[in-house]
Amino acid sequence: MKNEGEASEQPDNTAFTQQQLPAWQPILSAGIVIPGFLIIGLAFLGIGIGLFLTSQTIQVLEMDYTGVEKDSPCFQCTIQSVQNCTCEVTFSLSALFTGPVFFYYGLSNYFQNFRKYGVSKDYYQLTGDTQYFKSPRDVCFPYSHDSKNNPIVPCGAIANSMFNDTFELYQIINGTKKKVPLDGKGISWWTDFNIKYRNPSSVNGSFASAFDGTVKPINWPKAAYELDLTDPNNNGFLNQDFLVWMRRAALPQFRKLYRRITEGDYAGGLPAGNYSLTVHYNYPVLSFDGRKKLVFSNVSWMGGKNDFLGIAYLVVGSLCVVMSVVMLIVYAKFKFSDDDDA
Amino acid sequence: MGSLLSACGINVKKKKVEEERHLRANDREFNLSFKYANNAIKTSKYNVFTFLPLNLFEQFQRLANAYFVFLLILQLIPQISSLSWFTTVVPLLLVLSITLAKDLSDDITRHKNDNHVNNRKVEVLINGELKSEKWMNVQVGDIVKLENNEFVTADLLLLSSSEPLNLIYIETAELDGETNLKVKQALTLTGDLGNDIQKLAAFNGEVRCEPPNNRLDKFTGTLTMRGETFALDNERILLRGCTLRNTEWCFGLVVFGGPDTKLMQNSGKSVFKRTSIDHLMNVLVMFIFGFLAFMCTILSIGNAIWEYQEGNSFITFLPRADGANASLSAFLTFWSYVIILNTVVPISLYVSVEILRLGNSYFIDWDRKMYHVKSDTPAQARTTTLNEELGQIKYIFSDKTGTLTQNIMTFNRCSINGKSYGEVVDFAGQRVEVTEKTEKVDFSWNPLADPKFCFHDHKLVEVVKSGSPEVQAFFRLLALCHTVMPEEKTEGELFYQAQSPDEGALVTAARNFGFVFRSRTPETISLVEMGVPTTYELLAVLDFNNVRKRMSVIVRSPEGKLTLFCKGADTIIYERLHPSSSKLMEVTTEHLNEYAGEGLRTLALAYKDLDEDEFEKWKERHHEASTSLEDREAKLDTIYEEIEKDLLLLGASAVEDKLQDGVPQTIEQLAKADIKIWVLTGDKQETAENIGYSCNMLREEMKEIFIVAANTAEEVREELVNARKKMSPESGDEPPIEKSRLLGKKSQVVEDEKVDGEYGLVINGHSLAFALQKDMQLELLRTACMCQAVICCRVTPLQKAQVVELVKKHKKAVTLAIGDGANDVSMIKTAHIGVGISGQEGMQAVLSSDFSFAQFRYLQRLLLVHGRWSYLRMCKFLRYFFYKNFTFTFVHFWYGFFCGFSAQTVYDEWFITLYNLVYTALPVIGLSIFDQDVNDRWSFQYPQLYAPGQLNQYFSKMAFARILLHSCYSSLVLFFIPWAAMCDTVRDDGKDIADYQSFALLAQTCLLIAVSVQMGLDTYYWTAVNQFFLWGSLSVYFAVTFTMYSNGMYLIFTSSFPFIGTARNSLNQPNVWLTIFLTTILCILPVVAKRFLFIQLKPTINDKVRHKVRQAKAVPPPLPRKFPRRRISTRRSGYAFSHARGYGDLVTSGRFLRIPVKSRPALFPHTDTPVADSTPQTYRTIFEEAQSP
Repeated sequence: MKNEGEASEQPDNTAFTQQQLPAWQPILSAGIVIPGFLIIGLAFLGIGIGLFLTSQTIQVLEMDYTGVEKDSPCFQCTIQSVQNCTCEVTFSLSALFTGPVFFYYGLSNYFQNFRKYGVSKDYYQLTGDTQYFKSPRDVCFPYSHDSKNNPIVPCGAIANSMFNDTFELYQIINGTKKKVPLDGKGISWWTDFNIKYRNPSSVNGSFASAFDGTVKPINWPKAAYELDLTDPNNNGFLNQDFLVWMRRAALPQFRKLYRRITEGDYAGGLPAGNYSLTVHYNYPVLSFDGRKKLVFSNVSWMGGKNDFLGIAYLVVGSLCVVMSVVMLIVYAKFKFSDDDDA
Repeated sequence: MGSLLSACGINVKKKKVEEERHLRANDREFNLSFKYANNAIKTSKYNVFTFLPLNLFEQFQRLANAYFVFLLILQLIPQISSLSWFTTVVPLLLVLSITLAKDLSDDITRHKNDNHVNNRKVEVLINGELKSEKWMNVQVGDIVKLENNEFVTADLLLLSSSEPLNLIYIETAELDGETNLKVKQALTLTGDLGNDIQKLAAFNGEVRCEPPNNRLDKFTGTLTMRGETFALDNERILLRGCTLRNTEWCFGLVVFGGPDTKLMQNSGKSVFKRTSIDHLMNVLVMFIFGFLAFMCTILSIGNAIWEYQEGNSFITFLPRADGANASLSAFLTFWSYVIILNTVVPISLYVSVEILRLGNSYFIDWDRKMYHVKSDTPAQARTTTLNEELGQIKYIFSDKTGTLTQNIMTFNRCSINGKSYGEVVDFAGQRVEVTEKTEKVDFSWNPLADPKFCFHDHKLVEVVKSGSPEVQAFFRLLALCHTVMPEEKTEGELFYQAQSPDEGALVTAARNFGFVFRSRTPETISLVEMGVPTTYELLAVLDFNNVRKRMSVIVRSPEGKLTLFCKGADTIIYERLHPSSSKLMEVTTEHLNEYAGEGLRTLALAYKDLDEDEFEKWKERHHEASTSLEDREAKLDTIYEEIEKDLLLLGASAVEDKLQDGVPQTIEQLAKADIKIWVLTGDKQETAENIGYSCNMLREEMKEIFIVAANTAEEVREELVNARKKMSPESGDEPPIEKSRLLGKKSQVVEDEKVDGEYGLVINGHSLAFALQKDMQLELLRTACMCQAVICCRVTPLQKAQVVELVKKHKKAVTLAIGDGANDVSMIKTAHIGVGISGQEGMQAVLSSDFSFAQFRYLQRLLLVHGRWSYLRMCKFLRYFFYKNFTFTFVHFWYGFFCGFSAQTVYDEWFITLYNLVYTALPVIGLSIFDQDVNDRWSFQYPQLYAPGQLNQYFSKMAFARILLHSCYSSLVLFFIPWAAMCDTVRDDGKDIADYQSFALLAQTCLLIAVSVQMGLDTYYWTAVNQFFLWGSLSVYFAVTFTMYSNGMYLIFTSSFPFIGTARNSLNQPNVWLTIFLTTILCILPVVAKRFLFIQLKPTINDKVRHKVRQAKAVPPPLPRKFPRRRISTRRSGYAFSHARGYGDLVTSGRFLRIPVKSRPALFPHTDTPVADSTPQTYRTIFEEAQSP
């Protein structure tokens, strides 16, 4: 329909409206693809070798102390009736375990990533907001109130199920036990310790009073304000073990940092010798066929020991190289001729 | 003007069925008692208050939105909710508000249009006075006055007019697209009212008539006045939408107003067209729903087993509701997973598809190469939802007149007394191609010449001027023997109203060569012969009809000489020639063959001097015959036959039915793209065949051209079968039917059959009627589809639609219909895609079309460039979209096996919310708006590139299955590589990195980078915008992630952003980046390798051309400009009067000779026009044919 005598209907002449924007039009030509594969393959092989060798230098010592087998040291602790069970796991190192050594506990078949488990905590409580101490959020149910309807702080399944085995490590030198100092400071993320979790402010100078009117989680032997009475910076919600636990694992098999061995005679690592580990065995896992582990490990630039990445890079790299050869052969043999009219 | 018809879109609901309309003129009270609609129209859907609720209600009726709401409800159930509510609400709100905004703007436009139309002014007779009133205030029963060039206000009963015999002329272009004027006549009784206001105000006739309906061609009613009753028919009715022409004024009585008018009743039935990809998508969506249920079932079974084996013992640590057991838990898990995996159902796809279709439609509107300068008409995508279908066309059904041809006839050649004129030769005697620059003959010596007339052969003028008697007789004949009406508004400015453009061309030629037809009365024809006014006495017109194929006039010259002039089809004339003309006949025949070979429409001209006595006797017998009551037509024919004999041949004329520019080239290109073209025309067989040749559809190289023109069903069948057997001797009797697998649909799809060589088929309307019968249509289809070109002539609009419907129903192919007139509307609406030729006066075809442009030749650009690109883009978009969403979702599925089937998401909830909306939205839209495999020039160079679309190669169920597998692979990589890489590992400071939040971040980053690189791999055409979108989206992802995981966000919205610190703590780890790198490479490289190997081993046409482009590095060589080849043929073109009826009817009616000579006031000399006495025209609409069986 024409507008009477108005401007022409002719469309604008721009590269955009005429679909003639300048453009880069790459195609998968042999000149790019074959060398590309080769280069990527070689690069991968290089990275793979680096990763693999690095991973090999990392020392790891793993010990299962669940006590499933009858002859294992912690077997007696798996019997239900035993309270405050302690067992002793011994091991020996034939060479220096280079420091800094990290001491982990590991759990397997343990579903910290279960959805309902994962949501079962109250962020507001954990920022020290005492308003939520009185009325924990619903997501914490059934760990929000005890049977007498007292609010639980910290509420929820994650907090409630906090790992509570404790360990002491001794080096046995000529039959005597020498305690290896374990460093529990700074084992959680900086952000967790400084931003995400905060303690409620003390009431009348007493930290514990802030928790008045609340009860401890059902499974806990002591309240949150009693987690570390020696160090106020490691108490309450800022307790490092608590923070580590609260950062729930992605997979049903995981390890969590327990302590670092960085002090005293052991700053350079654990020397060769015999060691004894005293386990205060509290945490039941056998009911769901779980396992508990102790892990000593050191780290490299690529983190903890993980052979997978190195091997994967090596495999992919070699596949790329092989592929580039295959493609070269195919290209040389079957390359479509240009002369037949498209 | 457009606003009037933009009304299309809403169907007017009737409250109660009206059985009869009863109204009284000038009696508002009486008429109001019936509560008839007044003349206001309303095409808008909403008002201020109803907009929001109504629109939302409509929106929620859509499946996609309903699904969103369903998800939202699921998410609100705490036991099920596995995702926060915002993951659903944010996209839903976005979708709703976009649609809301679009509907709002549409409705505002409609409101404006309504207002514009409703506020037009018209003069209404109220209380004995003419008052200017708004259209919307006009009531049924009002008398309105219309003036020249005004729109008809409502459906009116014509009362009186300024013209004699109470005639008025109207143009119905808005209604049916026909531009020629039509005549309506008032009853004599009402006509006597004239423009006497008193009389009109006193007029109190009562009208009883049919209730409102949509039939444009029919009206029944009665007018009762002073106790007398008169029948009313369509000839007395002026329909809304028409325009008054050549009539000073007229009065009309409003019968139907506003929504009751036939125009409005006709609108709003537009069928919603869907593309084949839409249909495929619907099937796929159903499949995806099934697939979703399947995945959820597996996971919920897994959950039941897990609960049974582990969950019960894990009870120490898990919060579990009382009474929860494995089966309940599994049931809840099913729904939880429905929420989590909902992204497999491509809900946001629908929105994106609309956006990119809109974008591609704009490109059509914006294309300067489809803009016609002369008519200032750009191409227009009127339907924005069909673009990709343009890339899949297999059959084109084209109208002829106005589409392939310009419907302009030019007098091109003539053969006079054995000499051929009209050809331009150079000095060497070589024929020269006529171009714009060729020197034209100067007609300035003739003051009455038509300046627009072009002729290039100077010899003819010289001969005329030199006074050659044969040449003068030739043009005298052309000036006398016709039924054209002259109109001389100002002295010397002549206009010819010719019903058939052929006649117009011939009379104009005579005019320019000095034999000017100036005026006519029933008894005389006045010419200006070489400057000398001459008046011939018109004694008889021996009219044209289909059997006679000739017309003659008998005139007496001023000198008193009686002469019969006759023009007609060569074969017919030749039979009636005097033996003395035999020699001339031979030469003329040669010329005729030559003209026919060039596709010109030829006529042979002859004359005969009559003897006075002989004529007197003949006249008596003629009078007897013409007054006889029985068998008048046959008797007249015999009488005519008697006198039309022993004619002397004068020569032959050749008129060119001008093709539109570039038609042959376009057809050739489309044929190369393996598109079959069927011409469906109302023309005669000969004309149609000629055009078929001249526009390159029928070619000399074709093995055979079958002509089906039989009179009985059996003969038609026989001819069809014979043709088929000839093309493919081994083809069986039973059509190869591919049973459609869709249940409940009994569609039979006929497979294509292989044929060697090219064939053509011409079938006439009569045979087509038989062939379209139920038992024969498959036969027709098989035969016709084996041919390269099919021409159906003499088809009615309904048959056009039937043919299209036949192919649409029984062939798995996309059809396109292109036409310009009202008679093409039915096929335009029937075909998958309808294209209207715009820029001409008629609008009907354009209004019902999906795409419109000014010239047929733009069709190749529309299909080969825009269509192909749209299809390519749409398919790429769909493939990529499904890929990215499936990959995204399947990772959740794999994670289910590692989280106790607890419906734990892998990713952060915010990532889930923003993945489709922000992180991947723009790159894929950029891809699907800008991508092109090769540019437009190369697309023209290789029309074969069009084939993949026809074969549905880029997106089909197979392609979908491949996407599914590809996504499966990618998601496995994207889950298990991070899983293995993070298992039991720690940061380089010994702290946690295998925690859920870090893992989520890693998995989502891997995913996003992998799908972005995949996008890059799919992009052929990297504009700056694509780069910007892709890199921009990735940057936005990192920016948003770091922001959302920052301290500030956590402190403000503690529970919404629990991922605080994750990005900082994990993205600084080298092994995280190495993992991302590895997953990306593993996702991409196999695809690259596969594509590369396929290009080498089994290159597609696309790969080949792209390779060529790469090598050529420059633009392709311009297409060789071919001159239309000359056809050397013995084919004889027939006598071709225009196909249009009109004045032909008038002549045929035989009334012409019996005009009662009334005494008329000298004021109106026009009255003598035969039009005045002719039968008023009926509208030619599709309804007309719809009635006939």
